[in-house]
Amino acid sequence: MTTRRGIYLLGVVVLCAWVLVPIWLIAANALGGQALIAAWPKPLVPTQMSLDTLRVFLAIEGVGRALWISFEVAVLCMVFSVALGLPAGYALARYSFRGANVFRVMILLTRAFPVGILALPLTVGFIRLGLYDTALGVALMHTALALPFAVLVSASLFQAIPRELEEAAWVFGCTRLSAAWRVVLPLAAPGVVATAIFAFVISWNEVFAASVLSARNRTLTAYLLAVLADSPLTYQFAGGLLLIVPSVGFIFLVRRHLFAMWGIASR
Amino acid sequence: MAGIVIDGISKAFGNTVALAALDLAVADREFVALLGPSGCGKTTLLRIIAGLETATTGRVLIGGRDVTNLPPRARGLAMVFQNYAVFPHLRVCDNIAFGLKMARAERTRIDRQVARTAELLQLAPYLDRYPAQLSGGQRQRVAVARALAVEPALLLMDEPLSNLDALLRLDMRAELKDVLREAGTTTIYVTHDQTEAMALADRIAVLHGGRIEQIGSPSAIYHSPATRFVGSFVGSPPMNFLRADAGRLMGIRPEDIDLVDAGAGLPFRVSVVEPLGAQTLLTGTTDGQVVRVALPGEHVIAAGATLFLRPRPDRIRWMDAATGNALAQAAG
Ligand SMILES: Nc1ncnc2c1ncn2[C@@H]1O[C@H](COP(=O)(O)OP(=O)(O)O)[C@@H](O)[C@H]1O
Ligand SMILES: [Mg+2]
Repeated sequence: MTTRRGIYLLGVVVLCAWVLVPIWLIAANALGGQALIAAWPKPLVPTQMSLDTLRVFLAIEGVGRALWISFEVAVLCMVFSVALGLPAGYALARYSFRGANVFRVMILLTRAFPVGILALPLTVGFIRLGLYDTALGVALMHTALALPFAVLVSASLFQAIPRELEEAAWVFGCTRLSAAWRVVLPLAAPGVVATAIFAFVISWNEVFAASVLSARNRTLTAYLLAVLADSPLTYQFAGGLLLIVPSVGFIFLVRRHLFAMWGIASR
Repeated sequence: MAGIVIDGISKAFGNTVALAALDLAVADREFVALLGPSGCGKTTLLRIIAGLETATTGRVLIGGRDVTNLPPRARGLAMVFQNYAVFPHLRVCDNIAFGLKMARAERTRIDRQVARTAELLQLAPYLDRYPAQLSGGQRQRVAVARALAVEPALLLMDEPLSNLDALLRLDMRAELKDVLREAGTTTIYVTHDQTEAMALADRIAVLHGGRIEQIGSPSAIYHSPATRFVGSFVGSPPMNFLRADAGRLMGIRPEDIDLVDAGAGLPFRVSVVEPLGAQTLLTGTTDGQVVRVALPGEHVIAAGATLFLRPRPDRIRWMDAATGNALAQAAG
């Protein structure tokens, strides 16, 4: 009993460290100033914390704009992924149609296709369509990356909602659409939120496609890659911190919904 | 007017035939119980009437209108699902009000109906709870309340009392009968519990293997089973079937057998005695065949004793041993 509890606690500690140590390192290096980056071992709490580096970093030409573009692209990607992923997931969950399994595999295969090979034709195509170097263009590419996840997760989400609930809604006066709106969606909401966040985070962190498909209107990741490669380390860490904070903050905000989703899944 | 006509409905799931060309007419305001063992097609028939399942062949008419191709919401009925299907994200009161809200009923009517049905099903203390905070029996009552609240002309119920404990089930059965008769609701009630069917229904349709084996009043079903299956499915303990002459079976209810003096009847060797209070149940053998006898009141009888039995002649039901169908009873 006590050994099992000990192992359990050890697991918790290891997992927390796994996630928290890198975040701490980046935060410490970003906030602790030049001296701390070279220092080893690092103090647990930096002696002279300052937001100076961060402030200087944010003042760098274009960082603010890149931050905004990143946000724009991630939100667009989130909206597209949910708008396209939910109906597709619903169809997979509720209807047995010819080729459903092939469809499932194909969805996953899109992720196996290396973006690198696609880069040149995509760029050419986007230029022709006027999508090159726009937030919409990058968001579409990111949607392609996030969509498989959105479809498969929402399919399993809808599968977990008993069909009888929908049928009850139909009997008591709902159309298919209003039953989906009044019964299925509220029950799927926690999972939908999780799907949306995942799409946001995928887009927020993506760097390759964003770099290839834009020139001046870069997302933060692409911008950092292009501009900060030669900057002092402390600014690179500041950029890293800025990239992490929104994702972590977003997930923290909706953690209740995530737990709720797992609650449903484990019931 | 909400009489129902089921006209040649059949349903196959792949190679499984769930319903075989079934005909059934339910009069307006009638209460019909569909009784049968698990897997005989009761739920499937109910779902076809509700429009949740498409029949392979046949038509469904409700109130004279062919609804075969109408969606569930256009059929003007309410349903209690076998697994409740109570909406988990809505409070009990919103669950009960769901149908009326969808029909855009007036606020006052919604409130009145919620209060009334909650009262009826003893749910008043739980109106603000979510279904997850209720027991199985309470959830089942919410499902019943949700269906009653819309005051449907036609009510379909799929084993609506199966998860209640014995006492509550008895209560609820009586309440349900009262309410539905008063409201004049045409009801189709699915159950595998023959007592429930007997207690509630104007007529019982006994289903077996996707066919209606017999349809009639509870008394007709009980006393004059049309087939051996009906006799052995309805009644607890079931009817005895004893081999007789000329390929006939003698069907006799356990309570229609009298004890007589030694030598005046069939010798019966008792193997089990079950004193049930109102009855004493005997199980034993006569001529190598198992027979159950139900004697009124309490008797002190030892297992292993030999008694003598005489079936009441007017209660004997002769059956064809080969087909299992009842024979012209004059022969008895
Ligand atoms: N969706 C389905 N797919 C395949 N077979 C089904 C389906 N629904 C019911 N069946 C089959 O049809 C028969 C009747 O089922 P059902 O109507 O649920 O019986 P009951 O309600 O009387 O227990 C059973 O043999 C069952 O296995
Ligand atoms: Mg059933």
